[in-house]
Amino acid sequence: MINRKEVQRVAKLARIGITQKEEEKFSRELSLILDYVEKLKEVDISKTPPTSHSVGIKNITREDSKSEKLKTELPFMKAKVEKKTKPSLTIKNEKLLKLAPETKNGYLKVKSIL
Amino acid sequence: MELKDFSIKEIHQGLVNREFSAKDLAEAYLEKIKKEDKKFQTFLTVSEDSAINQAKGIDKIISQGKEIPILAGVPLAVKDNILVENIRCTAGSKILENYIAPYDATVIKKIKAKGAVILGKTNMDEFAMGSSTENSGFYPTRNPCDLTRVAGGSSGGSAAAASANLCCYALGSDTGGSIRLPASFCGVVGLKPTYGAVSRYGLISMASSLDQIGPLTKSVGDCEIVFNAIKGRDEMDSTSLEIPKIGNWKLEIKKLCIGVPKEYFIKGMDAETERAVKGAIKKIEGLGAKIKEISLPHTKYSLAAYYLVMPSEASANLARYDAIRYGRIKNKKLKIKNLLDYYLIAREEGFGPEVRRRIMLGTYALSAGFYEAYYLRAQKVRTKILEDFKGAFEAVDIILTPTSPAPAFKIGEKISNPLTMYLSDIFTVSVNLAGLPALSLPCGKAQGLPVGLQIIGKVFEENKILEAGKVFEKLCPII
Repeated sequence: MINRKEVQRVAKLARIGITQKEEEKFSRELSLILDYVEKLKEVDISKTPPTSHSVGIKNITREDSKSEKLKTELPFMKAKVEKKTKPSLTIKNEKLLKLAPETKNGYLKVKSIL
Repeated sequence: MELKDFSIKEIHQGLVNREFSAKDLAEAYLEKIKKEDKKFQTFLTVSEDSAINQAKGIDKIISQGKEIPILAGVPLAVKDNILVENIRCTAGSKILENYIAPYDATVIKKIKAKGAVILGKTNMDEFAMGSSTENSGFYPTRNPCDLTRVAGGSSGGSAAAASANLCCYALGSDTGGSIRLPASFCGVVGLKPTYGAVSRYGLISMASSLDQIGPLTKSVGDCEIVFNAIKGRDEMDSTSLEIPKIGNWKLEIKKLCIGVPKEYFIKGMDAETERAVKGAIKKIEGLGAKIKEISLPHTKYSLAAYYLVMPSEASANLARYDAIRYGRIKNKKLKIKNLLDYYLIAREEGFGPEVRRRIMLGTYALSAGFYEAYYLRAQKVRTKILEDFKGAFEAVDIILTPTSPAPAFKIGEKISNPLTMYLSDIFTVSVNLAGLPALSLPCGKAQGLPVGLQIIGKVFEENKILEAGKVFEKLCPII
């Protein structure tokens, strides 16, 4: 069960605005789902480790160095395709800034925090 | 030109033999989309100009007498959560309505390098959250086999576009069944690769430990071609891996041992679906394969574990949608005093009900005091589900199940009750939790609608399920 007050709390934590009418609706729906997942309590997990990742690889690292781009030509096409030896950030700042609703002097503009 | 229900190989032959040009072909598909897509609503964006340009490039190479890769000039559709540079990418959400992708996803880079022609971006449940494509922030997709029914989801646009021949093949993504379910509903083939087999770089994240990109095609042969083109380790996705080479495995049907888990034939499932799947398994047995009943005892807990793991990961992933770096608040009249107000309004306005529901569920499951009872417990049950499969695969080569307990449902039928909708994924979510590869292919009909047979393989044994799929699809011709 999750009551309206808890719905309000969670919505604020999640930074989602909801109307009063929706509080009721979400309280009902989330309770339904939380009741359903109760069945997990039937499983004996006392000696079971958690799985966060199915394939089990961890801590993939790379050297922290400047990336280089190699330009190669596709065998079938004379088009130039970048073949990277290391990951690189090739996206231009301007391209990303253009997606933002408000910018100033090359920075993102936000409302005051307090 | 006359547009037939071409396979990838047929298009390749047609181009190489100069029966038609890549430009003619692309135009024929674009024309068909223009004429017919009003009925199905499979596309969110049609990229006509770039498709024609890509096709012209291929024609030039052919005219120079050069060899072309098999995917060159073959028109496809891409699910709208996979970035294609300079083309709008919405993930089916209003919050990304005007988002222009600043770069190509790795899978797109790979198929572009092979000369792909991208027709456009397909409709989907918002942020891939749904089983019917009714949760799209724009419009629902209709099933080409019956327009009053859903196409399945969340890759419903991709499945329906392939089924209606509005593209030769499509790309989708699968977090809990989002490729396989719509493939089964629309009567096409869909592959969810092993977790890590395909790079997720440039895929809009939903649940990062479950998401995988895969193909939706009209045949298993096509599925294999596309999978081979997109797979492989990528520096930009540290969870991606190179598929280990598996010797010279050749399918010998008489030596194939197939597991059929009893937990996948449940009370309340559609009788005609059960009959179609069991009939297909009987035919496969007729070829000499050994059929063995197996048990995956934790199957009944999969959906519950999934509906904690997935929303938890999604709530973290979707925290980035703040309408500051991209997206915007539409209602300018609202009084916004500070940053918190801005977030609340932007996310209330931009996200649909299902997305907000899952973010709140995930936030609740991860919040102080509840983490162990919900998220950690679900992760431990996930281990149990993984162990079930591990045990089963010691005795069998592949596992066969229905893809869904029932065929495509009516539009509107399940939308009012989230839990009923979630139950559509009951046969597909285990595979994502365990990271396994699985193929769905048409195996018959129920109530006149397509039924999907799911073939599950061991980690990185896509080759086995694809080889088996090629044999099985001959037994159950596509309807």
